[in-house]
Amino acid sequence: MTEIAVVRGGPLTTVQDLGRPGWAHIGVPPSGALDREALVFGNRIVGNDPSAAGLECTLAGPSLRFGTRALVALTGAESNATVSGRPAEANALVRVAAGEVLELRGCVRGVRAYICIRGGIDAEPVLGSRSTDLMSGLGPPPLRDGDTLRIGTEPRASPDAQAAPPAPRPEVPVLRVVRGPRDDWFAPGALDALCASTWRVDPASNRIGLRLSGPTLERLDRGELLSEGLVTGAIQVPPSGQPIVLLNDHPTTGGYPVLAAVHTADVTLAAQLGPRSRVRFAVSK
Amino acid sequence: MSGIALRRAGDRGAMLDLADNAAAVRVARELSAAGLFLDVVPGHRTVLVTWKEEPPREEILTLATTALAGSDDRAPAQSVEIPVHYGGPDLDDVAQMCGVSPEEAVARHLAADYTVAFLGFAPGFGYLLGGDPRLTVPRLAAPRTHVPGGTVAIAGPYSGVYPRDSPGGWRLIGATDATLFDAAQTPPALLAAGDTVRFVRA
Repeated sequence: MTEIAVVRGGPLTTVQDLGRPGWAHIGVPPSGALDREALVFGNRIVGNDPSAAGLECTLAGPSLRFGTRALVALTGAESNATVSGRPAEANALVRVAAGEVLELRGCVRGVRAYICIRGGIDAEPVLGSRSTDLMSGLGPPPLRDGDTLRIGTEPRASPDAQAAPPAPRPEVPVLRVVRGPRDDWFAPGALDALCASTWRVDPASNRIGLRLSGPTLERLDRGELLSEGLVTGAIQVPPSGQPIVLLNDHPTTGGYPVLAAVHTADVTLAAQLGPRSRVRFAVSK
Repeated sequence: MSGIALRRAGDRGAMLDLADNAAAVRVARELSAAGLFLDVVPGHRTVLVTWKEEPPREEILTLATTALAGSDDRAPAQSVEIPVHYGGPDLDDVAQMCGVSPEEAVARHLAADYTVAFLGFAPGFGYLLGGDPRLTVPRLAAPRTHVPGGTVAIAGPYSGVYPRDSPGGWRLIGATDATLFDAAQTPPALLAAGDTVRFVRA
């Protein structure tokens, strides 16, 4: 049986691959693994294509009983994982025998852990992706206790147990931002204020956006911005003056002005920031 | 220059500011047809383009200028009819705000020719321009947490149809059985930017 029984789904465990870019013009968010680097690394360890679907675990992980033997990699946040009680090493090839239970606990050093299984998670693709989009309701629903997951077909490539893990993440990451596109909707000094402050992550953050609290970013009184397209990483500022960094399940258009946008490569750093952790920004070219 | 302002949108994107929605739709069609971009997203008066690796900045302006200068010889936009059962929970309020009877409000909503300005908010949700300006109402001060899929709504200059159950801050004046979004269909969305729409009585 190439199936996995979900003993416990965990607080929020979703199927994620590299998402469904290319559909923003009809209102479909990009979705996909928030810590893309961690998913790609896990897929590499088990020999999957980088775009194979894995599980994204939020704050804590699930408990999974394997119906078949499997090769697994655990990446992203550390989760004190065990296989039938034995500690399972992170960022390494983990062998699970048929009937064994893989269990992830609370995440440390980040809030999103990834489970990549050789063959990938086989769910019905929607617009070319198996990712769960929590805003639009596309893709498979989050894991619930008692669900069954299917493992996909064996890839051709061999596992790569020697793959070097991504560099450890700093405790207070500095995200590089590009100014604009609507920096002219803000009081002079708003961008400096963004970059001079240490921001705290609000617990209301989710896959749609990282909500930050800190000094108020002053907007100019220019009325309402007409709705326009939004990139992942856009730093949107609602009337409260408290910024929101848009993550993968963000709406494709919006009417709050965007002061600056986080570099594509740094959005993965934002993905590992949990409630009350801190973050800084720096302007880059 | 052709009056196009190009702004950066992150390290792999650019925002084009254009004169109006018709320009945005034309430029979006041209840029999309070029096949150079990851996403081409029209807004009310903008087009956002994103790319994967090398920035095709020069092509963006060249293509946009061509789109604005030339005649639009691409396949004409489609015309869509959306059958509506009028009588949503906000119809009476809308009529009162506009100083007309609910019947007159419905008549005005039916009489207009709409254009899909852009899509956003949710998969398949089109922002429709062209409605009767005398039927302009503000969004709700506090959005509803639940609006049923198929609800026809208005706010500001726009009309729209909620494709699925979702939160929503627009004023609800009717409902349709039309399917606005189905990922299994080609194309998945009933509406595309530039399409013309008429509402008819169901």
